[in-house]
Amino acid sequence: MSTSTQQWRGVASDDIEGELTAETSTRLAGRSRRLLRELLRPWRRALWWLMVVVVVENAARLSIPYLVKEGIDTGIPPIRASGDLEPLLLVVGLVLVATVTQAIARNLFLVRSGVMGQDILLSIRRRVFRHFQVLSPAFHDRYTSGRVISRQTSDVDAIYEMLESGFDGLVTAALTLVGTSVLLLVLDVKLGVVALLCGPALVLLTNWFRKESARSYRATREKVALVIVHFVESMNGIRAVQAFRREPRNQAIFDDVNDEYRRANLVAFRLVAWFMPGIRLIGNVTIAAVLLYGGYLAYHGEVTVGVLAAFLLYLRQFFEPMMEISQFYNTFQSASAALEKLSGVLEEVPDVPAPTDPVPLLDPRGEVRFDAVRFAYVEGSVVLPGLDLTVPAGQTVALVGTTGAGKTTIAKLATRFYDPTDGAVLLDGIDLRSLAPEDLHRAVVMVTQENYLFSGTIADNIRFGRPDASDEQVEAAARSLGAHEFIEALPQGYATPVSNRGGLLSAGQRQLVAFARAFLADPAVLILDEATSSLDIPSERLVQQALGTILAGRTAVVIAHRLSTVENADRVLVLEHGRIVEDGTPSDLVASGDGRYSDLHQAWVDSLA
Amino acid sequence: MFAVSLAGVGLTIAIPLVTRAIIDGPITRHELAPVLPLGLLALALGVLEAVLIFVRRWVQSNAVLGLETDLRRDLYERLQALPMSFHSRWQSGQLLSRVTTDLSAIRRFSGFGLLFLVVNILQVVVVTIVLLTMYWPLGLVVAATAAPIVWLSMRFEKAYVVVSRRVQDQQGDLATQAEEGAVGIRVIKSFGRSDHMARRYDEAALELRATSLDKVRLSAKFWTFLEVIPNLAVVVVLLLGAIGVGRGALTPGELVAFITLLLSLVWPVSSLGVILAMAQEAMTAAARVLEIFDTEPDIVAGDQRVRSPRGHLRFEHVHFAFPDDPDQPVLRDVNLDVAPGQTLALVGATGSGKTALTALVPRLFDVTGGRVTIDGVDVRDLDLAVLRSLVATAFEEPTLFSMSARENVTLGRSDADEDDVLAALEIAQAGFVHDLPWGLDTRIGEQGLSLSGGQRQRLALARAVLAQPAVLVLDDTLSALDVHTEKLVEEALSNVLSETTGLVVAHRASTVLLADRVALLEHGTITHVGTHRELLETVPAYRDLLAADPVPPADPDAPTAAPRAAGRTAGASGAPTNEGARA
Ligand SMILES: Nc1ncnc2c1ncn2[C@@H]1O[C@H](COP(=O)(O)OP(=O)(O)OP(=O)(O)O)[C@@H](O)[C@H]1O
Ligand SMILES: Nc1ncnc2c1ncn2[C@@H]1O[C@H](COP(=O)(O)OP(=O)(O)OP(=O)(O)O)[C@@H](O)[C@H]1O
Ligand SMILES: [Mg+2]
Ligand SMILES: [Mg+2]
Repeated sequence: MSTSTQQWRGVASDDIEGELTAETSTRLAGRSRRLLRELLRPWRRALWWLMVVVVVENAARLSIPYLVKEGIDTGIPPIRASGDLEPLLLVVGLVLVATVTQAIARNLFLVRSGVMGQDILLSIRRRVFRHFQVLSPAFHDRYTSGRVISRQTSDVDAIYEMLESGFDGLVTAALTLVGTSVLLLVLDVKLGVVALLCGPALVLLTNWFRKESARSYRATREKVALVIVHFVESMNGIRAVQAFRREPRNQAIFDDVNDEYRRANLVAFRLVAWFMPGIRLIGNVTIAAVLLYGGYLAYHGEVTVGVLAAFLLYLRQFFEPMMEISQFYNTFQSASAALEKLSGVLEEVPDVPAPTDPVPLLDPRGEVRFDAVRFAYVEGSVVLPGLDLTVPAGQTVALVGTTGAGKTTIAKLATRFYDPTDGAVLLDGIDLRSLAPEDLHRAVVMVTQENYLFSGTIADNIRFGRPDASDEQVEAAARSLGAHEFIEALPQGYATPVSNRGGLLSAGQRQLVAFARAFLADPAVLILDEATSSLDIPSERLVQQALGTILAGRTAVVIAHRLSTVENADRVLVLEHGRIVEDGTPSDLVASGDGRYSDLHQAWVDSLA
Repeated sequence: MFAVSLAGVGLTIAIPLVTRAIIDGPITRHELAPVLPLGLLALALGVLEAVLIFVRRWVQSNAVLGLETDLRRDLYERLQALPMSFHSRWQSGQLLSRVTTDLSAIRRFSGFGLLFLVVNILQVVVVTIVLLTMYWPLGLVVAATAAPIVWLSMRFEKAYVVVSRRVQDQQGDLATQAEEGAVGIRVIKSFGRSDHMARRYDEAALELRATSLDKVRLSAKFWTFLEVIPNLAVVVVLLLGAIGVGRGALTPGELVAFITLLLSLVWPVSSLGVILAMAQEAMTAAARVLEIFDTEPDIVAGDQRVRSPRGHLRFEHVHFAFPDDPDQPVLRDVNLDVAPGQTLALVGATGSGKTALTALVPRLFDVTGGRVTIDGVDVRDLDLAVLRSLVATAFEEPTLFSMSARENVTLGRSDADEDDVLAALEIAQAGFVHDLPWGLDTRIGEQGLSLSGGQRQRLALARAVLAQPAVLVLDDTLSALDVHTEKLVEEALSNVLSETTGLVVAHRASTVLLADRVALLEHGTITHVGTHRELLETVPAYRDLLAADPVPPADPDAPTAAPRAAGRTAGASGAPTNEGARA
């Protein structure tokens, strides 16, 4: 990576995909082979079946030159002698049969192996997507969405390419190779041995290619991921890019990663440029050798003209598929680099693992407890040094404090985005780590500072919180938050598609939709992290009223800077550098007169003018 | 390049001919002498062929990768130039699949397919001609097979183009799903809806699988035919050829050579199927890519510049409707005049069009009527780069990129020196960056360290301030700050705003106070302009929007006269309760 690239990217503690040592690279190869085996496992029987079809097809294909030889050797003399066509017709009939058999087998094979390829692809896609969903937000923070996307698009594409173009070629070619070798030996041992002398050369060349290309394809996978990461990021931030005239700089960076990708590809392509003609060279030399030696033998009458002709035909058939094999080998190497990456993802152990033996949570009351919780995102910089906190069921707790104090962090721990470094977070007395994720997320829902909307309609998005909600319930949730009016005013009302990540809505409207989705989810514990920050005051008030009625009796943790939201809480916690410095009812804290909350309160009151 | 490939074809044909010469000549005539030179000739030709293939591949690698890289580069350039209206319409997965999958389809074809298409057809033609000259009756049989092949290919192409377009579009959709699963992961997690997302993804993947299988079946049929046809030709040739040899019309050596050559056609013809499919995919891909190249940016840069910008911002009878929804104007007849150095606050309900209005200034969108001027020049007549250096916006949603903190802050002014950066960070109260592990060089955004909501917002603010624009637009940029920090930022900002023209979107009274005047945006138009106090006293709608009470009144429709007074009352009314509690 060039220095200029490094500079703009800045420094981070863990750069994931660095250079690989030889040792890790064999480990990677093993890992990807394991994945491949696993993927093929359900197809074991089908594979055998396909083999049979291929054998039939190739037997038919290979028999054609042999039959041609027969036709020439046995069909012609009778015609010459007596004009007897029968032996020839017999052979021709056989060729016809072979052709038809080959056609049927081929079609069967193409379709069946196509189905298999697609199913394997589907199962890779499913696995990878699901696994990314299981992995924790901490992993996603680190890995970045661009890489996640790159794994699921460009890496899967590489495998697709192999399955589509390669598999057919490989099986056919391998069988042809074996079949022809045997036939060559049968036809004439001496000539056969000469022909097969090329074997060691092929093996050497292929081995060299395997080693070199594994490395170069690995590099291409990594480089293409960088291209995708940069692309995705600049497209998602296009508003800022354009407003701040970032285009030229972005272009320079893109050119940089794009060019690195080109160079990585070039290395791989050049390997192929050696490998493919290398194979052809070996083939051609072999043919020449057979010609010379065969001519010599034929001169001495040790082989017939027919045998020599057939021999040369077979040799061609031997090397034609060699080109195909090497082509396949090439896509295979590219795909295995992709498999390596994917298997790496699949072997990533979730650092917020689901319990193997979850404690059932039937009817959550909603008591949340932090028990001596210590937490650091990165080792060394502790965000929460030791938090003890009990929120009784049904209480509404407001969390205030300067920015960066750790409020969101507390919320994330309560929804188990992260696990505490030390201590435990408990819901109704049960450690979150022993709750099934479904139970936990049904009980605890958070409205985050980022109110991401998914593609689909507005109604779909609101229903995201509760998939089985009726249209009436969706509307009721929107109504109670004052979102109904603007949704109705949209071109298709609730059925309006939210275009590219909610671009259709204003910031406040998005926040209301996100809110509605949490309301509808109807959790025992609702965590609102700055959920009203983009709303105007009347809307905020409406939301508060809704909070008061709909969430009566539920536990709520409200994080807000606008104390208007906080005043309604049963209890206020003031957080500073990850410690609770004040704890009491809002009015108590204001009355105490000299605490931080009363300061905040005064400042806020002043700010209202 | 092409000559090299042609020579390659020549050799592919020459080698069997040498074979024939050996069989026919020395062997049939039992002469040993010519075997050696002919064999060596075959060897030399074989080596030459390999060398030519090498040269071709080597040169091609450069050319083809260069093509792909250039296309990707141009595509990216175009995408960056296309306006927001384009980007809000297109799903980013579709864009991504064009930049990756489609470009590699084009690369594959132009690197491998195109050449082989030509070479294979040439080989077929040349071999057929050679066969015709060798023994024309049999040659005719071979030539006749061209008819069904051409007919089939044409039919195949027609069907295939439809399927492959569907496949590629569905790949784009799937990429979008993958992206949503990644970018929305935190929302998905907090609702525990991974299964739902996986199901959605599954649906798209299954659909893609079904379409791909259609494609598989279609090509399997075609490919099979392509393989059968030359083999059928072999059948006929063998029959007629053997009879011909029997009757003495041709020699056995000729027949062998004939059939050898004919069999050498099986591969080029059958691989034609794969190549045609590849060609079709490349064409579809090219069409998809062209959709982007053919989209003309509807925001075209003017050529005027402002000599010494003062920052006089005017909206004159501005109408605006989003392109997807042209019948529903968001802004109607908006008139505003912000004198240089003045700051105007923009107040309006959620969704009233404040962000839309601010987006018109740097031309993220264009007005649909009226005009926006800076120092008397219509923004549409200004050079885009100039305009956007005059205007800097801190957006309501801070967008950070996974780059160093410095790079993020200097986004709008990459030549800013250290002092400027530090000053901007100071104004935005973003001093926390110095405490990051590598200070300003720490990578932030998605990759590397994440920041808290308020921290992100302050960085975005610092970015806008650092750009030192003539017009500074702040779109509700203090919403995620706590009251103390907000106050500090406001104090620092008021210095900045005293010199620059400001447009400040505000939901809170505190932010409004940054401005000299306030404009109230209602029903898509500006209904009132005045000072905060004036509006508060005379406009009930404004009071509704900005008058928040620390303790919400029982009846929200009865707003208190002045918030400051209301605040005090609340404070006072709080006290007795507490005393009561203490007692
Ligand atoms: N994913 C992360 N990785 C590393 N550090 C983080 C991460 N998220 C937050 N931090 C850091 O942890 C500290 C606490 O962040 P948190 O988001 O909890 O603050 P907050 O109290 O919610 O602030 P705000 O009011 O600005 O939202 C901050 O210093 C922040 O930079
Ligand atoms: N890309 C878009 N296409 C069509 N309509 C849009 C688009 N973006 C926003 N809108 C609509 O235009 C109106 C104005 O949106 P805008 O974002 O300007 O509101 P706003 O005043 O900034 O609100 P907020 O205070 O919530 O940020 C809204 O009703 C919104 O639904
Ligand atoms: Mg936060
Ligand atoms: Mg807005």
